[in-house]
Amino acid sequence: MTLELRDLHTHFDTRVGALRAVDGVSLSVRRGEVLGLVGESGSGKSVTGFSIIGLVDPPGRIVSGQVLFQGRDITGLPEPELRKLRGNRIAMIFQDPMMTLNPVLRIDTQRIETVRAHDNVSHVVARTRARDALGQVGIPSPDERLSSYPHQFSGGMRQRVAIAIALLHNPALIIADEPTTALDVTIQAQILAVVQKLAAERGTSLLWITHDLSVVAGLADRVAVMYAGRIVESGSVDAVLDRPMHHYTAGLIGSVPSRNKRGAKLLQIPGMTPSPLDRPAGCAFRTRCSAATETCAQEPPLTMPEPDRTLRCFHPVRI
Amino acid sequence: MLLWFLRRLLQAMFVMLAMSLIVFIGLHAIGNPVDILISPEADQAERARIITQLGFDKPLWQQYAYFLQGALHGDLGRSFVFNEPALQLILQRMPATLELAVTAVLLSVLVGLPLGLFAGLYPNSFAGRAVMAGSILGFSLPGFWVGLMLIMVFAVSLGWLPSSGRGTTAALFGVQWSFLTRDGLAHLVLPALNLSLFNISLVLRLARAGVRETMPLDYIRFARAKGLSPTRVVFVHVLRNILIPVVTVVGLELGSTIAFSVVTESVFAWPGMGKLIIDSINVLDRPVIVAYLMIVVVMFVTINLVVDLLYTALDPRVRLGGRA
Amino acid sequence: MAVLEKPVAAPRARPREQSPFARIAGDFAQSPVAIAGLVVIVVIILLAVTASLIAPQNPYDLAQLDIMDGRLPPGSSSADGLTFWLGTDDQGRDMLSGILYGLRISLIVGAGSALVAGLVGTSLGLTAAYAGGRVEAAIMRLVDLQLSFPAILVALMILAALGKGVVNVMLALVIVEWASYARTARGAALAERAREYIEAAECLALPKWRVVFRHLLPNCLPPLIVIGTIQVARAIALEATLSFLGLGVPITEPSLGLLIANGYQYMLSGKYWISFYPGIALLVTIMAINLVGDQLRDVLNPRLQR
Repeated sequence: MTLELRDLHTHFDTRVGALRAVDGVSLSVRRGEVLGLVGESGSGKSVTGFSIIGLVDPPGRIVSGQVLFQGRDITGLPEPELRKLRGNRIAMIFQDPMMTLNPVLRIDTQRIETVRAHDNVSHVVARTRARDALGQVGIPSPDERLSSYPHQFSGGMRQRVAIAIALLHNPALIIADEPTTALDVTIQAQILAVVQKLAAERGTSLLWITHDLSVVAGLADRVAVMYAGRIVESGSVDAVLDRPMHHYTAGLIGSVPSRNKRGAKLLQIPGMTPSPLDRPAGCAFRTRCSAATETCAQEPPLTMPEPDRTLRCFHPVRI
Repeated sequence: MLLWFLRRLLQAMFVMLAMSLIVFIGLHAIGNPVDILISPEADQAERARIITQLGFDKPLWQQYAYFLQGALHGDLGRSFVFNEPALQLILQRMPATLELAVTAVLLSVLVGLPLGLFAGLYPNSFAGRAVMAGSILGFSLPGFWVGLMLIMVFAVSLGWLPSSGRGTTAALFGVQWSFLTRDGLAHLVLPALNLSLFNISLVLRLARAGVRETMPLDYIRFARAKGLSPTRVVFVHVLRNILIPVVTVVGLELGSTIAFSVVTESVFAWPGMGKLIIDSINVLDRPVIVAYLMIVVVMFVTINLVVDLLYTALDPRVRLGGRA
Repeated sequence: MAVLEKPVAAPRARPREQSPFARIAGDFAQSPVAIAGLVVIVVIILLAVTASLIAPQNPYDLAQLDIMDGRLPPGSSSADGLTFWLGTDDQGRDMLSGILYGLRISLIVGAGSALVAGLVGTSLGLTAAYAGGRVEAAIMRLVDLQLSFPAILVALMILAALGKGVVNVMLALVIVEWASYARTARGAALAERAREYIEAAECLALPKWRVVFRHLLPNCLPPLIVIGTIQVARAIALEATLSFLGLGVPITEPSLGLLIANGYQYMLSGKYWISFYPGIALLVTIMAINLVGDQLRDVLNPRLQR
C-alpha cells in the first residue's frame, strides 16, 4: 500500500468557526495504482492533497486522522522530515500551469534546485539530470529550452515541465491536482498519455484529483467520489462508473454529456454544494437528493456493499 | 525601444520648458529681486547700473528669450547673489546631496527589506505586528521634526554624533565625499537616518505585502512541494518576486529622497543643493531656482529611465516599448 | 459524529441584509487601534474648533504676551499666576495655547486642501474615464507628469513662484494632490463602467451626468475615501514641512510646523519644549489619521476581504 488515509480531518479556523474542509476522509492507493479523486470545487479534494504532504497553511490544520505513506505514519512528522519526502518520494502537480512555475526564475533554475534539494550532486550533474527529464516528458530540444523563462512556454509545455520536475526523483506517489483542467482537450490527452506511460513504467502511484469524470474513466484504476469533505463512494472505475450506488455519483455521471446519450435529456443535480461552514447534518447531500428520507439526517455509516467498494448512503441507487 | 527613448526625451524637454516658463512668470509676479539684492542706501545711478547688468530693464519675454538662448549653450545664467554661474553653484553642491540620498536609500533597503520579510512571514506574531505599527509611525513622523529630535537626543543630550555639516571630507574622482573619513561618516549618520525613515517604512510595507501576496500562490506551493528548504523558498522564490516592486519603488523614491533632502539638509545644515535652493527661494535668486529646476527634471527623467531598464532586467515578462 | 455537536448555524448570525455602511462600520470596529485613531481625531478636531475658548491665552494677542515669560520650561508660572504647562516660546507665548491655535491652522489647511483637491481630482478623473479619447489622454498625461515629481518639490516650486501665505499654501497642496484623486477616480470608474449596471443605465438613455454622478460616483467612492483620508495626513505633514522651511504660512498665523521651526534655534541650548510639544501634536494628528486610513483601506478593499 503506497498511501492510506484514515479518517482525516483538516479544518480551517475562521472568524466564524471551524471550516471543515476535509471531514473524515479515508482512502487508499496501492502501488502503481491510479486513484481518481472526484468532486466538485469546494468538496475538499485539493485540501486532501495538501494534507497528505503537510502543506496546509494556517489557519488550516490537520485536526485528526492519519496519513500512512508506505506504511509509515507521516501525519505528525516534523517539517524537515516531511521536506525529505516532498518532491522526493511524494511529488505534486498543480492545476494551473501558468501559476506553478515561478515567473521570474529560469526553467532550469527551478529544475536544478529540485534535484539538489534531495541529492547532494554538483550543479553540472543536476543540470544534466534535469535536461534528461525534460526529454522524457516529450519536450523537443530540451537543450535550447534550458534557459527559458516560464512565460516563453505554452500552457501545455509548462505543465510538461512541471511533470518533469515532479518525476525527477522517481517518486512513489504523485498527487496531481487537476493538472489538465486548464488545458485544451488535445493537450490534455497528450499530457495524460505522458503521465500514464511514465507512471506505469516506474510503478508510480497516482492520486489524480479532478472534477472531470471522463479523465477518470480514461486514466484511473479506482475512483473515490468526494462530496462536502467526505468520500461518499469508492471502488474500481468500472464498477463505480457503470453502476453508481450513491445518488451524488449517479448525478455526476448523468450530467456528463456523451455521444450515447445524444438526444436524451441531461440530468442535473438540483441546488448547490453546501458551504463548508453550513453543511446539513447527517448526509450532506440529502438536501439535493431525490431519495432522501428522514433517516438521512443521521450520519450514514461507511458500508462495503461489494468487495473493494465503499459507500456512505442509507438508500443506495438500485440498478 | 528607440522610439520609446525619444518620446521620453521629448517629454522631458517639454517639462523643462513649461517649468522654466512658469517659474519665470511667477517670480516676476511676486517680487522684484532688485529690492532684495540692492542695498537701500544705493543711489539711483548704482541701482540703474545693476538693473541693466542683470538684464531687468528688458521686458520679461526678452529675458526669457535670453535665458533660452543661453540654456541651449549650457549656460543657465549667473546667480544674482553669488555672481557665479548658477549651474556651477548647483553642481558643486550636488555630490553632498547625492551622497546623503543614496546612503538613505541603501539604508532603507538594508533595514526595510528584512523587517518586511519578517512581518510578511509572521503577520500574526507580536513582532510582526510591532513592525507594522512601527511602519505607521515611520509614515506619520514629520521628517523635519524627527531630525530635530535626533539632534536633541544624539547630539545635544548624549553628545555622540555631530549635528551639522559634512565633517571632514576626502576626495574621490575629484569630488569631496564624507563617507570616506571617520568624521565624515559620523556626520552622515543622523541625516541619512532621518532621510531614510520614510523609505524604510515604505520598503517594509511593500516587502510585507509582497510576501503575503506571493506566499499563497501556486508556484510557491509548488516550490515547497518540491521539498525545497524554507530558506530557499523565501530567499529565492519569494524574494525574487518582491524585489520587482521594491526595486521599482526604491528607484523612483531616489528622486523623492533627493527632493526631500531639502528638508534634511536644512535641519542638519548639510551643504547640498537642497539648502541652496531654499536660500535662493528666500532671496528670489531666479537663475539658481530655474537652474535647479532644469537639473532636477533631467535627474528625474534619468532616474525613471534607469528604473524602467532595471525593471525589465528583473521581470522577464516585461519588454520595453510594449508599454505606452 | 462531531458534526452534530457544533451547530454551524452561528456564522449566519451575521445577517446578510446588513446595509453596506453597517457592514463597513462593523468591520472597521474590528480594529481597536483604528477606533482609538478615530477617537483621537474627534478629540483633536474638537480641540481645534474650541481653541479660542479653552486656550489659557490668545497667543496672537500681543497684549497678553510678556517677553519676560520667554522660554520658560514646562510647568513654570508667569508673574500673574498663569501656569505654562508646556512652557513658553521666545516671545513668552504659552506653548499649549500656541499648539491649540496651530492645530486649527494645520487642520484647516490640511483638510481644506484635501477636500478641494478631491473635488477637482475626482471630477477630472471621472471626466477622463467617461470622455475617453483626447480628453482622457490629456488629463492622464498631466496626472502622470504631476505624479512623477515628488510632492515637496512641486510645492516648493509653486510657493517659490507664488510667495507665502495660507491661500498659496493651500493652492500648492491642491496642485500637488489632485492627481492621486484623478488617477484613483479614473481607475475605479473604468472598472465600474465595465459593469452591467452602468450599461443598463446607459441603455435607459439616462442623461450622462446622471449616469456619472448617480451611478458611477457612488461606486467609486470607497477607494476615493481611502485616498482622501491619507491625503489629509499628507497635506498636514507637507504644510508643516513647508512652514518649517519658511515657505508656508506667515508668522502671523503660526501652524504647528512654524512653531517647531521657532524652537529650532533653541534646541541646541537644551530648550527642547518649544519644538517638542508641537511636534508631538503633529505626530499624534497624522498618526491617528493614518491609522484610520489604514483600517479603512483594509475594510473597503474588496481584494483583501477575508
